[in-house]
Amino acid sequence: MWILNFLTSSLGKKLIMSLTGLFLIIFLLVHLIGNLQLLFGDNGEAFNVYAKFMTTNPLIKTTSYGLYFFILLHIVQGIVIWLTNKSAKQSRYAVAPKNTSWASSNMATLGIIITVFLAIHLWQFWFKMKIGAIPPVNIGGEEYTNLYAVVHEAYQNIFFVIFYVVSMVVIGLHLSHGFQSAFQSLGLNHKKYTPLIKGMGIAYSILIPLGFAIIPVWMYMMH
Amino acid sequence: MKLTLKVWRQKSKDHKGSFENHQVEADDHMSFLEMMDVLNERLISNKAEPVAFSHDCREGICGTCNMVINGKPHGPSKGTTVCQLHMREFKDGDVIVIEPWRAAAFPVIKDLVVDRSSFDRIIQAGGYISVNTGQAQDANAIPIEKDTAAQAMDAATCIGCGACVAACPNASAMLFTSAKVNHLALLPQGQVESSRRVRAMVKQMDEEGFGACSNTGACEVECPKEISITNIAAMNRMYMGAVIGAQDQV
Repeated sequence: MWILNFLTSSLGKKLIMSLTGLFLIIFLLVHLIGNLQLLFGDNGEAFNVYAKFMTTNPLIKTTSYGLYFFILLHIVQGIVIWLTNKSAKQSRYAVAPKNTSWASSNMATLGIIITVFLAIHLWQFWFKMKIGAIPPVNIGGEEYTNLYAVVHEAYQNIFFVIFYVVSMVVIGLHLSHGFQSAFQSLGLNHKKYTPLIKGMGIAYSILIPLGFAIIPVWMYMMH
Repeated sequence: MKLTLKVWRQKSKDHKGSFENHQVEADDHMSFLEMMDVLNERLISNKAEPVAFSHDCREGICGTCNMVINGKPHGPSKGTTVCQLHMREFKDGDVIVIEPWRAAAFPVIKDLVVDRSSFDRIIQAGGYISVNTGQAQDANAIPIEKDTAAQAMDAATCIGCGACVAACPNASAMLFTSAKVNHLALLPQGQVESSRRVRAMVKQMDEEGFGACSNTGACEVECPKEISITNIAAMNRMYMGAVIGAQDQV
C-alpha cells in the first residue's frame, strides 16, 4: 500500500511528527488561554464553568479524543525515530561535535521528560475529574465539579510548584527546536518567511511556558 | 610545531578499534594530509603499520579525504575538506583527535577509511538522467532562469564526501540525497524523471540504514561545500508531492 510505505518512510515519519507537533502547539495556546482563568481571583467560578464546558461540549469532546490520539502518536513515533536514529549512528565521537543546538539533538530526552510530566499532570487533575473523585460546587444555582479547588490545593505545595515550573522549562526547550523544525519537515523553508517562523518559534517557546509557569507560582504566592 | 595525534586505529570492519598516540613534527605550510604523510613515512621506516586514510585529488573537489578532527568533520576550517585544511590552523603543542566518519551505513574498512558505497547505491537508485542518445546541445538552447540555474548549481556542488552524515547526530543522509535530487530536478532535463527519482532515492536512503532528519542543521554547518538545508525542505515537498501524485510505484 503506497500510503503505508509513505507513512513508514523516514520522511513520512517526520511528516507525522510535524503535523502532530503543530496540533499540540496549537493545543498549548488554547490550554493556556483557558487556564489563565485560574488567576481571576473569583474563587475559581470562571474556571469551573469553563472546565464544565470543555468536558461536556460535544465538539470539544470529539477534538479531545483527537488530542489523546495525537499525543500518543507523537510519543510513539518519536520513540520509534529515536531508536532508529540511535542505531543509524551506532558509535559516538570521542570529541563531541558542537554543531547543533543542545535542544535539537536532545529532543527525545526532552520528550521523555515531558511524557513523565504529562502522566503526573493528567493523573493529578484530568484522571481525578474523569473518575468523579472531585467534589461538586454550587455556582449560580447550578452544580459544577470543583476542579479549581483541586488545582488550588496542589499549588499550595511548593514541590508541585517547582515541578511545574521546571517542566515548563523542558517544554520550552522542546518547543524551541520543535516549532521551527515542524515547518522544515513540511518542506516550508524559504528566505522570505523562515526568519519569521524562527522568530515566532523563539517567542512561542518562551511565552507559552512562561504563561503556564506563572499560574502555579501566582497561586502559591496568593494562597 | 610539535603535535600530539590521537588517531583511531582499527584493523578491519570486524575488529574493535581504539586510539593510538603519536608525536608529529609539522610546519605551518603543510596541509593536514601532508602532516599525515609525514607520520606515515616515519611509521613505514620504523616498520610499523601506516595509518590508512583515504585521499585522492587533494584540491578539495573529490570528497575522498574523510576525517573527523577534534569532533568536526573535515576539521576546524569552514567550507573546506581535510586536504584544504592547513596546519597553520593549529598551534604548537596541540592535541589533535582524528576519527573516522561514524555511521552504521559507513562501516570502517580500516583506521580512518570508511565504506561509502551506500552513497553510490543511492545515486544508482535514481541520481541520473536517462538520456543516452544524441549530442550535448548548445548551452543556451533551453532558457533557464538565472535564479534556478544558481540553485541547481549550488546543489550540484555536493562532492558526496559524507560529512553531512558524519556530522548528523542521527547519521542521516538527507543533505546529500536532497542536494542530488534538487540539482537534477531544478533543470528541465532532470525534471522529467524527478517524481520517480525522489521516491527511489529516498527509498534507497532508508534501506541503507541512515537515520531520519531531525532538522538539527549540523550537516549544513559541516558541509565543505556549504550546501543549505533548504534543499532538505525542498526534497520533503517534492517527496510528498511525488508520493501523492504518482501513478506508478517505486
